[in-house]
Amino acid sequence: MNPSYYVILAAILFTIGIVGFLVRKNALVVFMSVELMLNSCNLLFVTFSRVWGNLAGQAMSFFVMVVAAAEVVVGLSIIVMIYRARRSASVDNASLLKF
Amino acid sequence: MTLLEGLTPVAPTGLFTVAWLMIAIPLLSAGLLLVLGKMTNSFGHYVATLAPIASFAIAAVLFADLLGRPEAQRTVDASLYTWVKTGSWTIDVGFLIDPLSILFALLITGVGSLIHVYSIGYMAHDPGRRRFFAYLNLFIAAMLTLVLADNYAVLFVGWEGVGLASYLLISFWQHKPTAATAGKKAFVVNRVGDLGLTMAIFTMLAMFGSSSFTAVNEGAQHLTPTWATLLGLLLLLGACGKSAQVPLQSWLLDAMEGPTPVSALIHAATMVTAGVYLVVRSHAVYAETPAASLAVAIVGTVTLLAGAWIGTSKDDIKKVLAGSTMSQIGYMMLAAGIGPVAYPFAIFHLLTHGFFKANMFLGAGSVMHGMHDDVNMRHYGALAKPMKITYYTFLMGYLAIIGTPFFSGFYSKDSIIEAAWEKQPVLGALALIAAGITAFYMTRLMIMTFWSRERWQEGVHPHESPAVMWVPLVLLAIPSVVAGMVMNSWIGGWLAPAVGGEVPEHASWVPTITPVGLVTLAVVIAGVAVSYLVFGRKAIPAEVPYTRNILTIAGRHDLYGDAFNEAVFMAPGQALTKAVVAIDEGVVDGAVRGSGTLTVGLGAGLRTLQNGYVRSYGLTMIVGVIIVGLALVIGRLV
Amino acid sequence: MLLTILALVPFVGGLVVWFLRGATSRYVGIGVALATFALSVVVAAQHLGGANLSEHHLWIKAFGAYYALGLDGMGLLMVLLTTVLVPVVLLAEPADETGRWGAHVKVALVLILESLSLYVFLATDVLLFYLFFEATLIPMYFLIAGWGGAKRAKAAVKFLLFSLAGGLVMLFSVIGVGVSYASQGAPSYLLEDLAKLNVTPSVEMLLFIGFFVAFAVKAPMVPVHTWLPDTAEQATPGTSTLLVGILDKIGTFGMIRFCLGLFPDASRLATPVIVVLALISILYGALAAIGQKNLLRLVAFTSVSHFGFMVLGIFALTTQSISGSIFYMLNHGFSTAALFLVVGYLAKRRGSVQISDFGGVFGKAPVLAGLLLLGGLASLSLPGMGSFVGEFLVLAGTWSRYPVIAAIAATGMVLAALYILIMYQRTMTGPVTEQTEKHITTDASWLERLAVAPVIVLLLLTGFFPKPVLDQTDQTAKQTMTTMNISDPVPAAGKEGK
Repeated sequence: MNPSYYVILAAILFTIGIVGFLVRKNALVVFMSVELMLNSCNLLFVTFSRVWGNLAGQAMSFFVMVVAAAEVVVGLSIIVMIYRARRSASVDNASLLKF
Repeated sequence: MTLLEGLTPVAPTGLFTVAWLMIAIPLLSAGLLLVLGKMTNSFGHYVATLAPIASFAIAAVLFADLLGRPEAQRTVDASLYTWVKTGSWTIDVGFLIDPLSILFALLITGVGSLIHVYSIGYMAHDPGRRRFFAYLNLFIAAMLTLVLADNYAVLFVGWEGVGLASYLLISFWQHKPTAATAGKKAFVVNRVGDLGLTMAIFTMLAMFGSSSFTAVNEGAQHLTPTWATLLGLLLLLGACGKSAQVPLQSWLLDAMEGPTPVSALIHAATMVTAGVYLVVRSHAVYAETPAASLAVAIVGTVTLLAGAWIGTSKDDIKKVLAGSTMSQIGYMMLAAGIGPVAYPFAIFHLLTHGFFKANMFLGAGSVMHGMHDDVNMRHYGALAKPMKITYYTFLMGYLAIIGTPFFSGFYSKDSIIEAAWEKQPVLGALALIAAGITAFYMTRLMIMTFWSRERWQEGVHPHESPAVMWVPLVLLAIPSVVAGMVMNSWIGGWLAPAVGGEVPEHASWVPTITPVGLVTLAVVIAGVAVSYLVFGRKAIPAEVPYTRNILTIAGRHDLYGDAFNEAVFMAPGQALTKAVVAIDEGVVDGAVRGSGTLTVGLGAGLRTLQNGYVRSYGLTMIVGVIIVGLALVIGRLV
Repeated sequence: MLLTILALVPFVGGLVVWFLRGATSRYVGIGVALATFALSVVVAAQHLGGANLSEHHLWIKAFGAYYALGLDGMGLLMVLLTTVLVPVVLLAEPADETGRWGAHVKVALVLILESLSLYVFLATDVLLFYLFFEATLIPMYFLIAGWGGAKRAKAAVKFLLFSLAGGLVMLFSVIGVGVSYASQGAPSYLLEDLAKLNVTPSVEMLLFIGFFVAFAVKAPMVPVHTWLPDTAEQATPGTSTLLVGILDKIGTFGMIRFCLGLFPDASRLATPVIVVLALISILYGALAAIGQKNLLRLVAFTSVSHFGFMVLGIFALTTQSISGSIFYMLNHGFSTAALFLVVGYLAKRRGSVQISDFGGVFGKAPVLAGLLLLGGLASLSLPGMGSFVGEFLVLAGTWSRYPVIAAIAATGMVLAALYILIMYQRTMTGPVTEQTEKHITTDASWLERLAVAPVIVLLLLTGFFPKPVLDQTDQTAKQTMTTMNISDPVPAAGKEGK
């Protein structure tokens, strides 16, 4: 089994995540793009764990999942609050945090 | 007997151990009067008057003791405590009672006491009387410290102390802006002189590791000629400041803003002669450096002419006397510059001058007292009649200062002129001419004040001053007459060991007739005669007459001393000050504020990056990551 | 333990005062300050009695940092200066409710500042010193920002930025010193260990410069002095007294203890430059003082000039000049305190510190005028005042090594007479002006006199009997000379001959 397929897949997923993060306006989609990037990293963790025969990578992917889940909870609630306040989930509209 | 034997001090015994009381008593009295304030208003001046009298008593007893001792025992060094001790330097507070300093102590406390008594009358109605007496006491204490100190550093404490007292007393009537300015000027000009003295002390400490008279006297012989000359000139600078010698003379005339007793005590009899004391005290240094000695003599001669010149053209009675003081101190400096032969004459003249000038100043004060504090002699005239005692005592002073035979000034001044004639003929000749000018301006003063017609302002009724004022006048008139006769035969021998001079062969109260003496007498008579011809035969105008005489105009303007200082020091100084303030606010602080502005501007530029769009932040991050990644890759490749 | 107690008493007192209100806070504050003073006298007695009061505990092992306190001659004098000035300031300034926070906060901040300053003077560990060196900025910043003139906030920021910038440069050197020492053996920040530091000359010079810059900002030397006049103008006179009297002394204190003590070779090399800088400070400060129109700024510039004298004395590297410099540090604290406090009394009555707003004050308030004159005379180093002994020794010591430099510096004495007497003449003498008549209605109160009295008494005492103090300064000076391995110039014209 060639690990490079997995690495390439992870790279593709990560790139999709980046592009989605940069071009989409909807906060939910942006959020999903971020999750995609996280999961592409998880995939790499698992892959290399397998390659090196070391379980630490797999354990790390669980950590990432837990953190991601916690983050989703906080992030989603923020998005919901923003949506309630502005009737819009566009990230460009929430641009008040500046000088 | 060699020079050093007389200088080796002996340990103090008996009353000598408490010689410091001479200083402590007036100092304590001054402190009490100032600290307790109004509480002492009613009796403060009596306390203050008793203080110098007590000091005088101590000085007199010590003097009597010294008189009874053999010559080698007459230098007593009473060390009190260690003042400064650092590294290898030790400076003790110690008092040297020797033939020289005890004469000064007697003069200061004696004349000082009389002037205190006089001031009781003179300042009777002044609201600041208590303060006045406190300052006077402070002065007595400082002046005694100056002359009794056994090293230059403690001398300097007294030196600046009298400067402070002089400042306080000149600007005593501080509500008058002229008085305040005059006081400040006196202090600042004195400080310039003090610079010389401090640097002289630094040199002594660096060269000898000590500033005591003994160490300096011994070490002076080992100085290189350059350092000896430098040291001599630095000491001269100090002396110039305190004694109002050219070029630091300008403060003395303004100092007449002070109450008249102050002018008599500080600016005639004692403080202004401190420079002469300093030079005489430093005889060992000047012995090593003919150049510096010559400088002292030249400064003295220039000043004695300048002072006399100013004296001829002033109408303010106190300023005439001030010019005369400058001139007389010039004589003393000249004597001090001539060398060991003339040192005793310098001190001799200093003492007689102390008597007759204090006498005349107090007389002038008495006249002003009767003339509603008017000082313009053009408003005087014919005061001999209403003010008999003042007139006769003043007359004694007049006869003494012009050098009438057998009066005190005759002995002391003629000795100086003769000594100068022998050593420095040119300076001697100038001193001789100045004797004629002295006779001229003093006769003018007498004519305008006591003789001639009355030119009193309306509402002025001259009257004799109260006894508390004329008794001191009488007591000062007596030594003005007899001091010369009494001391002439004695003072040379008495002072010789202390000033490194030689005991003169013979001297008595009978003046030796010499050609120079006769010429001097002739010049004096000529001066009196010319003065009579100019001023005595016609009425004195009550207004200042217009004149085209350049000499008179220059004299009226104090020989342009102030104009010179203004142009050379003050104007550039003020410009420099303004420049520094401008540079400080513009350039130095400007740079600071500039860097602040720069930082703010930089921040203002950078904060536009913070635009609030999440996606632009994301892009920035990604670009950053790519740059870092590229850098790593390139780093690997290189 | 005694030293820790001494340093902590005002700190604890300050915390207590923080929770008090009204007049009580001031009385308790004065009480704490006086207790600290009493304690410092006990410390002095013990120290002079020969007791070893130093303390030594390991603090951070990895860095070799210790909680180490100790006393030497100079430290003792600085401690006493601090414990004297704090009660004087608290006495002289009435409860100030016009500030941003309550008057009790001010008293508390002053006490906390006292504690931190004491630590600075007591610390014998470089890291500990640095910690408190920076910590003093906190209460001082709030003291400046909280009470005083309208532009005080700006002044406080300026003060803070200057000090922080200096402190940052010093931090590099502190770290550098520690790292260099650790590379030679077990890490340690103790002064006694660091004195044995052995680095190449160029590294030593860099480390030296780091310390010197910070201290030069503290002891305001031209050209990094501009924060002082602005701060003094805006802060209350009491705050300025603490700032110039105590905090700025850390600068000159540090130069002796750290610059000379840790980097003798670099100090020797840098001497010509620093001596010239000091000379510029003396003349520049004096000239600028003459030109000031504001009393507080004027006093600030006189301090710039005086600090120039101190630095000159330190880097002239003779026992006498260093000793005189330390002596001057002590007395400059007293003389500036007298000036600042009396100007404060005047400002309170007149509501202004512009020189042109005064005139003829003597006619209305002779005691106030007299006190100002006394302070001024101390500032112009009149013999009989302690400051004279300091200035005299600085100049005399400098003269024995560099006569020309000392001669130029000595002209500062004439300029000092000018700036003091011109100021005195313009404000105090002359006819009583209308404004003076209206505003200066009372002379100095008994409390005001009582507050300045100790300072003036100390000036006179140290002027007439300086020897006990000089014994202490000499101890530090001699020790420094030994560390520097340098000896005094020998009298040139001894008895050996020409």
